[in-house]
Amino acid sequence: MLGRHGLQRRSDFMAALRSFFLEQNYIEVDTPVRLPALIPEAHIVAFSSEDWWLHSSPELCMKRLLARGCEKLFQICHCYRKEECGRLHQSEFSMLEWYRIESDYSDLMTDCEQLLTYLSAGLAHFPALQKPGCLHWQNMLINLNPPWQRLSVHDAFRRYAGMEVEEAMARDLYEELLVSCIEPQLGQEAPVFLYDYPLALGSLARTSAANPQVAERFELYLAGIELANGFSELTNVAEQRFRFEKEIATLQAQGRHAAMPERFLDDLACMPAAAGIALGVDRLFMLLGNYDDIRQAIPFPAETL
Amino acid sequence: MYTASDLRKGLKIQIDGEPYIVTEFDFSKPGKGQALYRTKMRNMITGVQFTNTYRSNDKFDRPNLEERTMQFLYSQDDEFHFMDTASYEQIFLSREQLGDHLNFLIDNMEVQVLFFGDRPIDISLPTFVNLEVTVADPWARGDTSGSDTKPVTVQTGFQLQVPPFVEQGDKIQIDTRTGTYITRVKE
Repeated sequence: MLGRHGLQRRSDFMAALRSFFLEQNYIEVDTPVRLPALIPEAHIVAFSSEDWWLHSSPELCMKRLLARGCEKLFQICHCYRKEECGRLHQSEFSMLEWYRIESDYSDLMTDCEQLLTYLSAGLAHFPALQKPGCLHWQNMLINLNPPWQRLSVHDAFRRYAGMEVEEAMARDLYEELLVSCIEPQLGQEAPVFLYDYPLALGSLARTSAANPQVAERFELYLAGIELANGFSELTNVAEQRFRFEKEIATLQAQGRHAAMPERFLDDLACMPAAAGIALGVDRLFMLLGNYDDIRQAIPFPAETL
Repeated sequence: MYTASDLRKGLKIQIDGEPYIVTEFDFSKPGKGQALYRTKMRNMITGVQFTNTYRSNDKFDRPNLEERTMQFLYSQDDEFHFMDTASYEQIFLSREQLGDHLNFLIDNMEVQVLFFGDRPIDISLPTFVNLEVTVADPWARGDTSGSDTKPVTVQTGFQLQVPPFVEQGDKIQIDTRTGTYITRVKE
């Protein structure tokens, strides 16, 4: 829970986030949070609102705006995910998403490097950012100067989990190995991009041309904390419909609601090649503000309401 | 039944027929992956700790736990006898089961006895208890050592730090959660 000084810092932080994108001629948008159909995702539980749903991310609407001819878009909004509560999770949280056409996930990684460099200079009055180019979070000193390490999911499993990622998936150990063996190693001294995820874990991401087993998706880690998830967008409508159908079948087998987002698929046909990324705003502020729990970095944790 | 999403610090659940209390809990959910509920628990009977990771679809029974108000009567060897103040039924717990609670337990004290089914497994003490100081160094007026506290022993044999003006024979109030001095009480 933030006090007066914390709220001032958070306000400074939000202003700096916005100016980074506005200075690069991004259009800021605000799309509806209540939708009739969401992205079908087996591991996200949405809140219902009458017979519609609160979005778990603004992704569908933002991509529909790319189809209308927008070239660079960003949005900062609240997102909703049921049953997510912990040191790094709240059921209602703030997300930053940005999208750019004629780009791929590698361009987004460069954006992340520039964004953090911009914030660390612009927010140099934050105690955790006193040392130029560095983040002093808890007991760690993290060097923010780019370029940052890029580590493939394949190599990360070999190096830190001692198991091939394919085997981990087949034995249903993927999440446990990632959380207990790999994530704690990522971003201790400098941020790390984990990239090229198994195809099954990138339902809206483009399949890599170089390796058809993986999706062009990455996640950014700082201090072992997953901060952002970005990918080269899948624009093949038939492939996207096929992947959604599989996910809907999984959801229905669990007795959960799932509907095909038809209007999104209609617009996807007109969307140019693009890349998009979602970044956890509360988590980033938690790091830059040197808080060790997300509940300290937001105005009202759920249990205070 | 509880589901994994009910897990939190302090929750009591039943596993393999025994009651456990959650002592540490961490929710994690790698991007686009399943939620993991990493949980550390203590067996409420044996005290044995263990950790496990649960998934969203794991379920737990609620242990049949009940608290009854009882009065401490007497101890014999390592058995501590209590009486239900409503039914006059008597039960006992062992020295080992009571552990640090013995620092604050005195005759006739009313406590909450926790039962798992019909088996007593633990007690909870009142938050504040008044105990008599049995051993204390006299307060030397003009003491220039600058010390703010001194050690004393209370009637249960427990030792704690108190302000220098507390004397042998005084009654003092103690917080049983922390074992710290609160105030001197007049009776």
